Amino acid sequence: MAPVKDISKTQLQAPEPEHCPGPESEQAGKEDACNGCANQEICASQIPKGPDPDLPLINKRLSQIDHKILVLSGKGGVGKSTFTSMLSWALAADEDIEVGAMDLDICGPSLPRMLGAEGESVHQSNSGLSPVYVADNLGLMSISFMLPDPDSAIIWRGAKKNGLIKQFLKDVNWGDHLDYLVVDTPPGTSDEHLSVTSYMKEVGIDGALIVTTPQEVALLDVRKEIDFCRKAGIKILGLVENMSGFVCPNCKGESQIFRATTGGGKKLCEDLNIPFLGAVPLDPRIGRSCDMGESFFDSYADSPAATAILDVVDALRDSVELNINNLSI
Amino acid sequence: MVQPEPPKSLAKVKHIILILSGKGGVGKSSVTTQTALTLVNKGFNVGVLDIDLTGPSLPRMFGVEEKQVHQSVAGWVPVSVYNNNNNTDEKKRGNLSLMSLGFLLGNRNNSVVWRGPKKTAMIRQFLKDVVWNGGSNNVPLDYLLIDTPPGTSDEHIAIAEELRYAQPIDGAIIVTTPQQVATADVRKEINFCKKVNFDILGIVENMSGFICPHCAECTNIFSSGGGKLLSEQLDLTYLGNIPIDPKFVELIELQDNDHDKKLIDLYDDSELKPIMNDIIDKVLAKDCPARF
Repeated sequence: MAPVKDISKTQLQAPEPEHCPGPESEQAGKEDACNGCANQEICASQIPKGPDPDLPLINKRLSQIDHKILVLSGKGGVGKSTFTSMLSWALAADEDIEVGAMDLDICGPSLPRMLGAEGESVHQSNSGLSPVYVADNLGLMSISFMLPDPDSAIIWRGAKKNGLIKQFLKDVNWGDHLDYLVVDTPPGTSDEHLSVTSYMKEVGIDGALIVTTPQEVALLDVRKEIDFCRKAGIKILGLVENMSGFVCPNCKGESQIFRATTGGGKKLCEDLNIPFLGAVPLDPRIGRSCDMGESFFDSYADSPAATAILDVVDALRDSVELNINNLSI
Repeated sequence: MVQPEPPKSLAKVKHIILILSGKGGVGKSSVTTQTALTLVNKGFNVGVLDIDLTGPSLPRMFGVEEKQVHQSVAGWVPVSVYNNNNNTDEKKRGNLSLMSLGFLLGNRNNSVVWRGPKKTAMIRQFLKDVVWNGGSNNVPLDYLLIDTPPGTSDEHIAIAEELRYAQPIDGAIIVTTPQQVATADVRKEINFCKKVNFDILGIVENMSGFICPHCAECTNIFSSGGGKLLSEQLDLTYLGNIPIDPKFVELIELQDNDHDKKLIDLYDDSELKPIMNDIIDKVLAKDCPARF
C-alpha cells in the first residue's frame, strides 16, 4: 500500500488539470474533469473569455470607499461577526466617519442581529440597493434582509453565492463616499473568499484582520487562512485573539477556558511575522449585547473587554490610515 | 436509467449519523469526538468521516495528525485510531477509524482553497473510495459518524446527494450553543435537514455554562437555555447540555497515542463522560433500524 500524496498543492492561479479548471479559464468545460459536471454546458458555451464585464462597475462602486477591511478566520465561532460589529460600532462612534458593514456569510448571517437590524429589508432603486442604516453613519448589507422568513435555509452551491457577492459589491449604494467598509466573512477558504478577493483585487483591499481563539484546534485553521491570504496577496493588518481568559464575575479569579497550549495567538504572530493587535477577554455581556443588537461600548464602556477591543480598533486604524499617508507623500 | 445504488463504501456500515450545525465553532468536532469515544466505550465499531475540507479538526482531536491514509486494492484505508482486534482489551471497547482531508495534506498549515465543484468531487470520492469496516474485512462498522463544516452549502448538498440512496440512515445530531446568534443559524440547518429528509435525532446544547474552578460559581458565558427552547419550539428531542470544560481541551492536547496516554483512557476520568453517555443513550433509545 502506498501513502496517498499531498493534494493541497493547488494554487489559486494554476489549478491541477484533473480537477475543475475554473469557469473563467480557457479550458472551462473542455477538461476531463468537466465530464459529468452540471455546469459543463454553461462553462463551455461562454464564448467571450475576456475580462468580466461587471468588473468596471464594481471598481466604480468601490472607488468611493477609502478603506476596505476584511475580517477573516479559518475557524467558525471565534467571533468574526462579533468583532465586525464591534469594529463598526467603534468606527461609527466618530460622527465624521461613514462606515459600511457587509455580511458575506450567506448561509449563516449574524450581523443583522448583532447590529440590531433584524427584520429590516433592503430597497432597490435606480441607484442600486440601499443598505439598512443602523445609525446615521453606519450602513449594513446582509442576505438576511432579502429572506422572506428568518429561518429559511439558504441551500446554495458556491456559484450562486458568488453571484450574490458580486451583486453586493456592484449594486449596493453606499452613498457618495464611505470611509470604511468592513467585510465579515464565513469560516473556511472557499468560494466566498476567492470571489470577494478577486472582485476587489483591482481596487485594492487595505488588508485583513484575522480573528482567532487561543486553543490549537482553532490556530490550526487560522494558519490555513493566513496561508490563503498569502496566496491571494492580501496584506494581513494583524491578528486579534478573542475569548482569551475569563474573569469570574463572582470571585474575580481568572481561568483559561480555551487554553493556549501552543502559545496562542501571540506565538502564532511571532512565528509567522504578523502584527499581534491584542487579546480580548471573554465577557458574557458581549454575547448578551450581540443578542440584543446593542453597542457593547454604550452599555459597558469601562469594562476590560471594551478597553481591549478599542485598543485593537486603534491599532487597526493606525495601520490602515498611516499606510495611505505614506502612499500620498 | 441505471438503478441508483448506495455508495459502495457504505456496504458494511450499519448506522450513519451526521453531526450538523449551521453555526461554526459551536463544538461539532468536539461532540463528534465525544460521540465516537462514547460509542467505542459501549463496544461498537465506529468510523468517523470528516467532511470539513477547509478546516479539518478531527485528526488533531484524536491525536493522529501524523498518520497517513493508505491506498489498498479496494480503495482508501481510513486511519485506525484504536484497534482492539485481538480482544486484549478487558473493557470490550470497539475499534475506531478516521478519514479526513487533514491526512491528505503535505503540511498541516497548507490551506485548501477550493471552489464548490472540487469540494463536491472530494466528498464524492470519500464516499466512493474509502473502505469502511469494523477493523477487518469481515467485521461490519456499527456506526459511521459524519462531521460537517458550518453552513448549508456545497459540502452539505454533496453529502445529502450521496446519502440519498443510502437510506435508511439514523439521522442528524444538531449541535448549538445557547445564544440567539447561534440558534438563529441552527434553525436554518434544521430547515435544511427537513428539505433533504434527514431525520433529526435531537439537539445538543454545547458550551452551556462554565463552572469557575476557583469558586464553583456557574456563569452562563454564552447565556443559557437556547438549545432547550429551540427544541421545544420546533418539537424536537432535546438530548442534553454539555458545560464548558477547559479540561477537555487539555485532554486533547495531552493525549499521546504512542506513550499509552490515549484520549479514550484519559476520557474515562472526564466529567463530561457521564453527560455524554446520557446523550448517546437517548440517541440509542430511538432504536433506529440498521442498514442491513
